[in-house]
Amino acid sequence: MKGISKLKSSLQKLVLALFFMPLSAMADWALNMRQGVTPISQEIYQMHMVTLWVVTVIGILVFGVMFWSIFHHRKSKGAKASKFSHSTTVEIIWTIIPTAIIISLAIPATKLLIKMDDTSESAITVKATGSQWKWKYDYLDGVGEGITIFSSLDAKSKEISQRDSGLDPMDHVNYLRDVDEPIVLPINTKIRILTTSQDVIHAWWLPDLGWKRDAIPGFINDNWAVIEKTGTYRGKCTEICGAGHGYMPIVLKAVSMQDYTAWVDEKKIAQAASKNTSNIVLNMEELMTKGEAVYKAQCLVCHQANGEGLKGAFPSIVGSPVAVEADNRMRHNQQIIYGKGLMPAFGEQLSDVDIASVVSFTRNAWGNNTGDIIQAKEVAEARKAAKVIK
Amino acid sequence: MDNKKGVKKTTASLLLFTVFMFGFGYGLVPLYDVFCKITGLNGKTIRVTENINREAIVTDRLIKVQFDANINGDLPWTLQPNQRIMRVQPGKFYEAVYTVKNIKDKDITGQAIPSVSPQVASLYFKKAECFCFVNQLLKAGETKEMVVRFEVDKDLPEDVAELTLSYTFFRVKKVASIN
Amino acid sequence: MSTIAHDDHHDHKPTGLKRWFFSTNHKDIGTLYLIFALTMFFIGGAMAMIIRAELFQPGLQFVDPQFYNSMVTVHALIMIFGAVMPAGVGLANWMIPLMIGAPDMALPRMNNMSFWILPFAFALLLSTLFMDGGAPAGGWTMYPPLVLQTGDAFPFLIFAVHFLGISSIMGAINIIATVFNMRAPGMTLMQMPLFVWTWVITSFLLIASLPVLAGGVTMLLTDKYFGTSFFDAAGGGDPVLFQHIFWFFGHPEVYILALPAFGIVSQIIPAFARKPLFGYASMVYATASIAILSFFVWAHHMFTVGLPIKGELFFMYATMLIAVPTGVKVFNWIATMWKGSMTFETPMLFSVAFVILFTIGGFSGLMLGITPVDFQYHDTYFVVAHFHYVLLTGAIFALMAAAYYWLPKWTGNMYDERLGKIHFWLSLISSNVLFFPQHFLGLAGMPRRIPDYNIQFADFNMISSIGGFAYGITQLLFVYIVIKCAMGGKKARARSWDGAKGLEWEVPSPAPFHTFETPPKLTKKVLESLY
Repeated sequence: MKGISKLKSSLQKLVLALFFMPLSAMADWALNMRQGVTPISQEIYQMHMVTLWVVTVIGILVFGVMFWSIFHHRKSKGAKASKFSHSTTVEIIWTIIPTAIIISLAIPATKLLIKMDDTSESAITVKATGSQWKWKYDYLDGVGEGITIFSSLDAKSKEISQRDSGLDPMDHVNYLRDVDEPIVLPINTKIRILTTSQDVIHAWWLPDLGWKRDAIPGFINDNWAVIEKTGTYRGKCTEICGAGHGYMPIVLKAVSMQDYTAWVDEKKIAQAASKNTSNIVLNMEELMTKGEAVYKAQCLVCHQANGEGLKGAFPSIVGSPVAVEADNRMRHNQQIIYGKGLMPAFGEQLSDVDIASVVSFTRNAWGNNTGDIIQAKEVAEARKAAKVIK
Repeated sequence: MDNKKGVKKTTASLLLFTVFMFGFGYGLVPLYDVFCKITGLNGKTIRVTENINREAIVTDRLIKVQFDANINGDLPWTLQPNQRIMRVQPGKFYEAVYTVKNIKDKDITGQAIPSVSPQVASLYFKKAECFCFVNQLLKAGETKEMVVRFEVDKDLPEDVAELTLSYTFFRVKKVASIN
Repeated sequence: MSTIAHDDHHDHKPTGLKRWFFSTNHKDIGTLYLIFALTMFFIGGAMAMIIRAELFQPGLQFVDPQFYNSMVTVHALIMIFGAVMPAGVGLANWMIPLMIGAPDMALPRMNNMSFWILPFAFALLLSTLFMDGGAPAGGWTMYPPLVLQTGDAFPFLIFAVHFLGISSIMGAINIIATVFNMRAPGMTLMQMPLFVWTWVITSFLLIASLPVLAGGVTMLLTDKYFGTSFFDAAGGGDPVLFQHIFWFFGHPEVYILALPAFGIVSQIIPAFARKPLFGYASMVYATASIAILSFFVWAHHMFTVGLPIKGELFFMYATMLIAVPTGVKVFNWIATMWKGSMTFETPMLFSVAFVILFTIGGFSGLMLGITPVDFQYHDTYFVVAHFHYVLLTGAIFALMAAAYYWLPKWTGNMYDERLGKIHFWLSLISSNVLFFPQHFLGLAGMPRRIPDYNIQFADFNMISSIGGFAYGITQLLFVYIVIKCAMGGKKARARSWDGAKGLEWEVPSPAPFHTFETPPKLTKKVLESLY
C-alpha cells in the first residue's frame, strides 16, 4: 500500500515535471553541474557551460537544417529529388569550421588543466586511503600532523540500506551521503590531497572541489584544493570496488582556520584517549549495547543484520566456531584486530573497548548464546600477544 | 570472381596479423615500463650508483621531502617512517629510516613499492640504496629498521618545492626480486 | 530410389537440424546470427530491467549489492558481445555477398564455426550466474585487482571472452577475405556500397584490437592462477597497465559497434531520400580516419588515474579531433536528405532518429573529452547517458532500421508498416525518457554502478526506470512484427523500396538459397544503380 502511494506521488511529480520542465519549478531538482567552492571547480563549471552551449547551438543549427529539409523535401509535398552527390566547397567548409571550434575549446581547456596540475606550495597534505569499504584520512603535516580518521557510512544509512529493512530512505536526508566521522579541513588554505588504496582501485570524488582522482594500491596520486566557503561537502567513491561501492561516501567539513586548530587539539586528545581504553570495565548490558552499535557501524554491510553474511561472499557469524567456541576467544579478538582474507583489519581503527564490546555482542547475539563477557583488558592482551592463534 | 588463391593469401596474412597483435598486447608490458621511465608515470623512482668522489654542489635551495607509509591488504605488518619530513638540498645524498614490524607468528616476505608524488618529481628522485630494491623477509614478531639513501637531483624543476615519497608493503607470494 | 529426380539446383537446401547446425550458407548463418543477437538482446535487456527495477526507488528492494554489480557487468558483456556485435555480423553475412555479387562468404566452413562458438561462449558466461559467489561483478571493464576477487566464475569469464574474441576475429577475417577476393568482376573498392566499406574497416579494427584484449585477459588469468605479476604491484607490475591494455582494445571496440551502424544509415537515407549518398568518397575517408584515430584516444577513459599532464593533453586533443570526421558524416547524411524526395517508412524513421540521437551522444562525448571537465563527469551517470545514446539510440536504432529495411528481402513479405511505426515512436519516446534524465543525475553527482542512492536522485531515477520498462516492453512488439512478417503478408517485390539501390535488390524477394552463382554483369547501368 505504502509502495503504491509512493508510486502515485512520484507519478504526480513526473507529470508535473514534464509540464513545468522549462519553468523554474525545477529549482530544487538538481539539473546541472555544481559550481563548487574552489576557484578550480568554478572554472570547470564555466568550461562545462561553455561547451554545453557550444554543442547546443551547433545542435540547434544542424538539426534545424535537417528538420527544415524533412518538412520541405518530402515526396508527399511533391518534392522532386535532385541528383547532386558532392560539393568540394561545402565539404571543405564543414571540415574547417568544426576544427576551428574544437581548437577554440582546446585552448582554455589546456590552460585549466595546467593550472590544476600545480600542487606546489600547499600548506596541508592529507592522504585519503580507500579500502573495501571505507576511507581513511591521514594528516601528514601542519598542526594536524599525526591525526588519523576512519570515515565509514553512518549507522543510520547502513540500517536503512539493508534489503527489506522496512525503513524508508526518505526519512534520512543524507541517506548514503553521511559518514560516522568526516574529514575536517580549514578554508582559504591550499590543501594537497593524496589518494591511494589498500586493496582494489577506488576513486575519491567531491563534486564541490571540482575533481575526482583514482586511489590505486601501491601508488599515490595527488591533487589540490583551496576551499573558499565553510560548509559540509559530500561526495562518493566513483570506481566500482565491490559490493560496498555504493556505500562509501566522502564527507568534508570546511571550517575557519581557528576552528580547525581547535578541532585538531580536541581530536588529538580524543585519539590519545581511545588508545588507552584497556582499563574500562563494562557489564554485559553495556557491552551488548555498545557492541551492537559498533557492529552496525563496521560489520553489518558484509555480515548482514542477522549475522548470517551472504552465501558465497561473506561468512556467517551465527554458529561459526570462531564466534562460539570457548577456545577461540583469543582468535576472535585477533581476527578483528588483524583481519583475515577479505576482512579488513580493525586494530588501528577500533579501541580496545570497542573491540571488546563487538566481540561480546557477536558471541551472544542471534542465538550464539555463549554467555562470554570480553573486557577491554583481554583485547589489550590479544594485541600484545605476538602469536596469532590459527 | 571466386578467387581461391586470393582468399587463401588474404586469410593467411590476416591470421598472421592476428598473431602479431596478440604479441603486441604482450609487447605493451615492456613498452609501458619504458614509457613510465620517460614520463615518471606512476611515480616509479630511479636507482643510481652513488659516486662518492663527486664534488658537492653548493645551493641554498631546500626541498621538503615528506615520508609516507602504507600496508596493502591483509599483510600483518606495521610500517612507520622514523621522520615524517626532511628538508634536503638537491644534489646531496641523505638517509631516511622506516621501522617495519611483523606482528604475526609466521615468517613473511614483503616487497615495498615506492611511489613519488607529484609524478614529475619521480624523474629526479634517485636512490643509491633502498629496502625496496629486494624482497624483505621478516621473522615472526621481528622489528627492523630499513634505510633508503636518496638524492633529489639538482635539476628538479623550479616549481617543485615539496614531494612525497611513499612506500607500500605488499605480501610476496612467490619470492622474486624486482628492479 | 534411383528414379528420384534431382531438385532444381537453386532450391536445393538441407533440411531440419542439419540445415542449421552444419550450415555453410551465408544467408542461413546470417539468420542464425540475427536470431541469436535478438535472443541475447532480450537476456541482456532482462538484466537491464532488474537494474532499473532496483533503481526505481531509493532503498534496496529486490537484489543484493553484489548481484546488482553482476547484473551491471553481465548486462554490458551480453549487450556488447552478444547483441550488437553478432547482429552486425549477421547483417554482414546476409548482405555483403548480395551487395558485392558473390555467391557466398569466402570461408563458409569457418563462418559456421565462428557462429557456433557464440552460444557456447555465452553458456559459459551465463552459467556463472548460478555459481557460489555469483557471476563476475567487477564491471565489464574487468579492472584488477577487483576482478581478481571474482570467485569460481573467474576462469569462465576469461574463457568466455577468449571464445568471443576468436569468433569475432574469424568473422572479421571472413569478411575481409570475401570483400577483397569475391567482388563481382568490374566492381572496384570505391564502387562498393558504404555498408560493405564500414564492415571492411570494422573488420580491421576487430583484428587489430581483439587480440590485444585476449592478451590482457590472459595476463589476468596467469596473474590469478600461475603466479605472474603483470598487474600486481608486489611483483613489479601495475594495475593501471591493464587499463591501458583494456582501453587500447576498448576504444576501437566502441567504433566496432558504431561503424556498421554508420554503414546501415548510409544505405537507408539515400534510399528514402531517392537521392544518391552525398560525399561517398569523404564518407569512406571519414570512416577510415575515425578508425585510425580510435587507436590513439584510449586513455580518455582513464583521465582520473593520474596520467602525466602531457599525456592528458595528447589524449584530449586526439579525442576532440574525432569530432571532425564524425561531423563530416553527419553533415553528409543531412546533405543527402537535402532536396531529396523523402518518405518516412520505419527504416527511414529509425535512421533519422539515429542521426539526431547519435549526434547528441557525440556532443556529450566531446564534453567528456575535455580533460579538466571530465574530472567531474567521469564514472557518473553522465557517462552512462552518453554511451547509451551512442549505443542504444545509436547502434541499436540503426540495427532496427536495417532489420526493417531488409526484412522484405529476407522473408519475401512486407512487414506491417503501421506496427513498425508504432514500434518506432514508442522506442523513440521511451529511450529518451530512459536516458535523458541520466545526464542530470550524473551532473548532480550520482556515480555509476551503485545499487542505491540518496533521495535527491529519486525523481529522475524513477522517470528513467519508467522509460526503461516502456522501452523493454516495446521491444516485444518488434518480435511480433518480425514473426508476423516471416509468416506472411503483402508480397515484397525484388526491389522492395522505390529508391533502394544496390545489387541486393536485383535478386528476387525472398532471396533464393543460392544467389550470384555466376557473377552479375556489371554494366554501366547496373553500376549506376548501386548508388
